[in-house]
Amino acid sequence: MTDPAPVPATGSEAAPHALRAVVLAGGLNVEREVSLSSGTQVAEELGRAGVEAELRDADAELLPGLAAAPADAVFIALHGATGEDGALRAVLDLAGVPYVGSPAAACRLAWDKPAAKSVVRSAGVTTPDWVALPHSTFRELGAGAVLDLIVARLGLPLMVKPASGGSALGVQKVSRVEDLPAAMVSCFAYGDTVMVERFVDGVELALSVVDLGEGPQALPAVEIAPESGVFDYTSRYTPGLTEYHSPARVSDEVARTAAELAVRVHRVLGLADLSRTDAIVSPDGKVHFLEVNVSPGLTRTSMFPMAVEASGSSLGDVLARLLTRRAATPR
Amino acid sequence: MHHPAPRHPRLDPLADRYAARTHGMKASEIRALFSVVSRPEVVSLAGGMPAVTALPLDAVGSMIGELVSGMGAQTLQYGSGQGDPRLRERICDVMALEGITDASPSEVVVTVGSQQGLDLVTRVFCDPGDVILAEGPSYVGALGVFQAAEARVRHVPMDDDGLIPEALEQTLLECRAAGDRVKFLYTVPNYHNPAGVTLSEPRRQAVMEIADRYDLLVIEDNPYGLLGFDREPMRALRARDDRRVIYLGSFSKTFSPGLRVGWVLAPLAVREKLVLATEAQVLCPPSLTQYAVARYLDTQPWREQIKHFVELYRERRDATLESLEALMPAGTTWTRPDGGFYVWLKLPSGLDAKLMQPRAVNAHVAYVPGIGFYADGAGREYMRLSYCYPEPDQIREGVRRLARVIEAELDLHSTFDRVDTGTFRAVSGPQGPSGRGVEGIVGPANSDRYEDLG
Repeated sequence: MTDPAPVPATGSEAAPHALRAVVLAGGLNVEREVSLSSGTQVAEELGRAGVEAELRDADAELLPGLAAAPADAVFIALHGATGEDGALRAVLDLAGVPYVGSPAAACRLAWDKPAAKSVVRSAGVTTPDWVALPHSTFRELGAGAVLDLIVARLGLPLMVKPASGGSALGVQKVSRVEDLPAAMVSCFAYGDTVMVERFVDGVELALSVVDLGEGPQALPAVEIAPESGVFDYTSRYTPGLTEYHSPARVSDEVARTAAELAVRVHRVLGLADLSRTDAIVSPDGKVHFLEVNVSPGLTRTSMFPMAVEASGSSLGDVLARLLTRRAATPR
Repeated sequence: MHHPAPRHPRLDPLADRYAARTHGMKASEIRALFSVVSRPEVVSLAGGMPAVTALPLDAVGSMIGELVSGMGAQTLQYGSGQGDPRLRERICDVMALEGITDASPSEVVVTVGSQQGLDLVTRVFCDPGDVILAEGPSYVGALGVFQAAEARVRHVPMDDDGLIPEALEQTLLECRAAGDRVKFLYTVPNYHNPAGVTLSEPRRQAVMEIADRYDLLVIEDNPYGLLGFDREPMRALRARDDRRVIYLGSFSKTFSPGLRVGWVLAPLAVREKLVLATEAQVLCPPSLTQYAVARYLDTQPWREQIKHFVELYRERRDATLESLEALMPAGTTWTRPDGGFYVWLKLPSGLDAKLMQPRAVNAHVAYVPGIGFYADGAGREYMRLSYCYPEPDQIREGVRRLARVIEAELDLHSTFDRVDTGTFRAVSGPQGPSGRGVEGIVGPANSDRYEDLG
């Protein structure tokens, strides 16, 4: 069930009657720019698939707008807080507005990267050791003593990342211990809790999962090979700075393991419709879970659309089918 | 069945073909963070947008409408590469307000904003590797032009009286010793962007003396000269030397930036080359907007309008300085502009305006990190605050938010700045940086060991 499988192409069957969708994009956080790119692409793709799609920001106009002109379903292309942390979805639930994607409670869990890692590890999934701490802990116990423990326990290099959020914003690889305090300072600018994770070297994979009504299925893995060696914001959003291979250049066995991992993560966190898990394949062939995105990037340089394309489907068809399903059978 | 076109592994099939000078053109985290300023919840002290709604919009609208309905045969047609003669005459009137009384319309080239004027001048004078002297900090749009021309920028320091002449001379000597070809000094003498300071009268004389002594060409960029709060316009550098100074002017701050009308005043030989260069670039500046500016100057009380702008910006400057004085934590310093749009703020020691930016976005306040105003990576401890666009109450709220952001950042630094990583076990102990020899540590990292079972 969890092998990479093509998504059946449906063409215009995806939307037998003109569905009306509201695509939410923008938001009021550091990922606004990426979200607007995602939302624009989603609206265009849905339009090609025969869906009447309107792009809207998540602002004070949203709820009155949805009340005045109800949509068949909402597609959430918001990244970052509100869109991914479950808050907006909880409000849509209150308003009785159907939406594509994971339910509020599952989003809240996935949004908290350390919490999601704990749940995923408990389900038997490999994930690099980590510690997540707020600034107050360093202040109260002494940053030197705490960082000393972290380095002693997790070794170097380390990945330093905000405990929530995406688009690679604030993520740093720290190879020298003397760089660690400054990395902590710049990471805390993104939020009050920082996650420090043991670095795992290997092949980076983006593992997309989609559920069109027959259970979650993994799409072909996308292998990420940034020219600079680090898949940071610039490498991610500048075409030409990163090579993407889909299917990934890994053995069939690794591909199968990765696909199983992504589906397992999707299930144990209670996700729905679509997700993207980021993982690393270490030289011994082991696949390590890094984090999961409930609102994966859908820009022209994003990995979820590449995975859909590699499966032989078109993004518009897949998105239209997800919308059709939610419009017909709200949760 | 869907048959997608084969996808290039780097997404961009032309990735290997771009010119080397485009290699800096990459997606930028800083630029992405600015996206939120379009939301009304965010107080933007970032953009230098003039307060165009203070213009008599109905009168301007009627005027432009008449230009199309009554004069469409001219205003919607191609025009001269050098620019409309009538407008060039009026530009000379405007420059006279700053002491340039000898300019001839034949020496003026109308450009698409002074930005195009600067691009033309740079193209005409600079080969790759040539050196341009510019204040440190310098206007970010100029640095972009210089980078595209593959010129090297040497910054010359400023203080509250503008460019420091002794530092200019020292830089010239160093360039001479290094065999650098210095093509010109680029300077914004009035209400500098981003520093907010003005070149004092004695220093104007000193700079021009140095220019004489070292045979230095000066590019005087003067978009803000008529926007002084407390004094008459200062005498332009060009008013002191018509051979050694090329002057860039603009209607973006005194009328409208959306019309994109600026100009270059240059000696005739230079003007010839500028006209040829602009014809290769845009054929001619837009006719309609040139006619609009000329008609505005002919028919509207533009001097009074500038006074109105000045009063509005003065009020906003006052709100900014009063709020900064009341709210900024110790160790923060800033310039006190007496005209123009900008305050240049220096953060307490150790803080980095670029790294702090996500915290500011989360606090719903925006500024421009100082690093963008230097070609050499300096300026991390600075930021530019623009007071030209927000209302005074918004400015006060924005400064309040910014003060809280800086305080939070100071708190963070007080936690991490004193850490001595040289004493860490992983560094000093026998086990080396992996630290695998350390046992008995509790915490989440030491929880279940599925990693080894997975």
